[in-house]
Amino acid sequence: MTLAPPAETEATAPATPELERAAEKAESRRGFFISLPAYVYLVLLFVIPLLLVFVYSFATRDATGLTVLRDWNLGSYQRLFTPIVLEIFVRSLVLAVVTTAICLGLAYPFAYYIATRSPALRNLLLILVMIPFWSNFLVRTYAWRVILGSEGPLSQISTALGGEPIRLLFTNAAVLIGLVYGFMPFMVLPLYAALERMDWRLVEAARDLYADGWTAFRKVTFPLSLPGVIAGSILVFIPSLGAYVTPALLGGANTVLMGDYIVSQFLAARNWPFGSALSFAVMFVMLLATIFYFRAGAKTL
Amino acid sequence: MNEGTATRPLFDRLLAINAWVLYVFLYAPIFLLIFFSFNENDNVGIWTQPSLRWYGEMLQDERVIGALRNSLIVALISTLVSTVVGTMLAIALERYQFRGRGTLDGIAYLPIIIPDVTMAVMLLIFFFQAFGIINDAFGIRLTNGLLTITLSHIAFSISFVAVVVRARLAQFDNALEEAAADLYANRWQTFRKVTLPLIAPGVAGGALLALTLSLDDVVVTQFVSGAGSTTLPVYVFGLVRRGVTPLINAVSTVMLVASMVLVAVSLGFQRGAEARSQRLSDPDALLEEITAT
Amino acid sequence: MAKPAVELEGVTKRFGDDVVAVKGIELTIEDGEFFSLLGPSGCGKTTTLRMIAGFEFPTEGSIRVHGAEMGLKPPNQRPINTVFQSYALFPHMTVAENVAFGLNMKKVEKSEVQRRVARVLDQVQLTRRADAKPSQLSGGMQQRVALARALVNEPEVLLLDEPLGALDLKLRQAMQVELKDLQGRVGITFIYVTHDQEEALTMSDRIGVMSEGSLLQVGRSEEIYEHPNSRFVADFIGDINLLDVTMIGAGRARLGTGVEIGVPIGAEVGGSVTVALRPERLELYDLDEQIPAGHNRVKVTVTRRLYYGDVYFYDVDAGIGSEIEVKEENRPGVELYDVGEEAYLVWSPEAANLVSS
Repeated sequence: MTLAPPAETEATAPATPELERAAEKAESRRGFFISLPAYVYLVLLFVIPLLLVFVYSFATRDATGLTVLRDWNLGSYQRLFTPIVLEIFVRSLVLAVVTTAICLGLAYPFAYYIATRSPALRNLLLILVMIPFWSNFLVRTYAWRVILGSEGPLSQISTALGGEPIRLLFTNAAVLIGLVYGFMPFMVLPLYAALERMDWRLVEAARDLYADGWTAFRKVTFPLSLPGVIAGSILVFIPSLGAYVTPALLGGANTVLMGDYIVSQFLAARNWPFGSALSFAVMFVMLLATIFYFRAGAKTL
Repeated sequence: MNEGTATRPLFDRLLAINAWVLYVFLYAPIFLLIFFSFNENDNVGIWTQPSLRWYGEMLQDERVIGALRNSLIVALISTLVSTVVGTMLAIALERYQFRGRGTLDGIAYLPIIIPDVTMAVMLLIFFFQAFGIINDAFGIRLTNGLLTITLSHIAFSISFVAVVVRARLAQFDNALEEAAADLYANRWQTFRKVTLPLIAPGVAGGALLALTLSLDDVVVTQFVSGAGSTTLPVYVFGLVRRGVTPLINAVSTVMLVASMVLVAVSLGFQRGAEARSQRLSDPDALLEEITAT
Repeated sequence: MAKPAVELEGVTKRFGDDVVAVKGIELTIEDGEFFSLLGPSGCGKTTTLRMIAGFEFPTEGSIRVHGAEMGLKPPNQRPINTVFQSYALFPHMTVAENVAFGLNMKKVEKSEVQRRVARVLDQVQLTRRADAKPSQLSGGMQQRVALARALVNEPEVLLLDEPLGALDLKLRQAMQVELKDLQGRVGITFIYVTHDQEEALTMSDRIGVMSEGSLLQVGRSEEIYEHPNSRFVADFIGDINLLDVTMIGAGRARLGTGVEIGVPIGAEVGGSVTVALRPERLELYDLDEQIPAGHNRVKVTVTRRLYYGDVYFYDVDAGIGSEIEVKEENRPGVELYDVGEEAYLVWSPEAANLVSS
């Protein structure tokens, strides 16, 4: 789209391929300049840091804990495959997958419900979902710490009912609850968007062709909502895998996950090369997951 | 899908139950927290009597006030900068072709995919290296602080703003800008009088997103902050690690209510902007703008 | 005499290396004309219009408006205004604000703006809707706002890109008449792009028929219709019968079946040529009827008869392969032919056009 070349090409002469190209170039330059602030910023404070992490992952750590940028080695990466690390990684992965699955299982009927209400009600229901989503994440997770505490409300209810105080805090289960709670809206919203966009006459057509409710869902509704399923799954899986705040608040000493493990490399253990390698590994897995998402045919991230 | 699709009654009832249970699940912890913040007792879980004691203590706690002030400063600046830069990025990507556009497009999506832990690590190492070089070169002593926090927040917010604004731009009828030019407007006039008013809801949505991301952030801030430059979430996080106290409840409630009010106001503003820019109240469009997905 | 409103000289538009959207157009549009660019989708008419407006620049060639070379001038510097296919009304502005936009951009004085906006809104009969938003108006009203918004600037040339496409039939026909009248009153040169040949025929002073980037024929509606210069133009405008014949003498040709007919003079003896015949110029006669002198006569069998209320369409078989279409007005007492009946297909040699095969 050519709306206005800069002043210098205002030549009122008949067109030639050269002039046309010059006009296109001017337009192109304009776009480049508009993108420049973002370009510079992102390269400086994103691409370069990313490359630095990559570089650091091959560095060594000297006796005082400082990173030394020589003696390049693959030691950090080799350490990734030791049992301890693998165990942490697998635990994180499993947790992320389970979180995603639970979110999907709960959110799908939820989104379906909202999508099948009248337009006015839909709006209200959506806003009600979005408000917790937009409120402070830390605080929402902290709330569970209060609730799940051995002297918290849940415990009080269970002791009142004659049982034992709930000892959920600092367990894997607590982290799972916290993650599901934190990321549920990420699953609901894309699912809702996909279901709302759907042409329900296709379901009617399926019923017309002798499919029962469940079959119609299986063969028509669900496949058509797949982009939403995939988008929501990615949006839950990725933060869950790299979760730090939730396990830090709700998990215990024996539920170390990748997020906390990485953080400790930098704040406690002071092993920056190893921490870098870990970060890179986690990012790599997430990139794979995202590519899978694109392959599975979703339109936009 | 229009006036509600007929689903069979039993099925519908089950769906409704599931939905309302989830709503309770979503809101109960929030209300509980607010409720307990008015608890007189030292012990968080045990309710004794209502009291504003902890709010009073909170207001006198200098560290809390300081952290809050820092949070607000960082959030405001990072929102402002990332909204402007992000909007420009969106316009450049959506409306122009230039060399390196594809690369930029890819780079712009990365901050959205990358987990905040990795982002924190990246920026920690970057500032460490950068300050090392700068300090040696200029003989000054730059350290981590509000500057690094703000720069970091801008870094991850730009992409989110860009995604939201791009979604809005994509829905934009190209012909409108051509019409403006046809009616003698130059580039800047076209942008100011036609484009900007029509993408305003998107820009506002992006700004809200940037604001929320900044106020929410824990890990990145923790990594790049320095002595005396902590933000509220990081401060609270630190407190909680050491043990739950009712003071934290009070602080948390304030943070929670503030963010909820902010969202409600901004949603209201966006609806107004929507109405003004003549779009239908389409939950899908609202959704796309706000969720940036 | 006024300079021509628009002159296109050797205008070509290439996209990339392989797509040639517009090939070497030579065209002169006179001042005050209602000129239509007519052609099927993808023929390059819209691209040509956009080049005149300034939204695209030609790869080669010259575009002049009243003698002034447009070159690479952006649209906001050309004395031209456009009515867009989608109307492109600014949704966040009222009707009055939309119409005033161009004048405001040119920094016209406030009271003058108000006066001119009021006058043009009156011309399109939308005075009462001046404060409405576009989304509150019907398609027809939006179309008139788009028109008003362009005309209020008193451009030297007004471009219209298939502006009636989104309207339903009755409204479209009414708007066609209104537009034609409007153009007559304001006297501005209109350049109208459409794929609807009926629309072009009724509204235009002259038509330019385009196909695949080339301008095939330019002329008044009657000329284009009665004397198409190519197979494409003959086929595109209205219904046409195309008969392939061999020239056997000056003004005489032979059909594939051996039957000889008279044709207009102009083709070489021995060559193949196509005779283009409008269905309404053909008549059916009984086998024993008297045929007018000098007319062609071919024996045919009726294969189909369709009744359209005001006309009858016959498909007849002359043994040349494809059927021939005949159009007979439904006058009182008109003679009808049944399917299967034999008759003579009769026409005057001068009623045909010769086009290249």
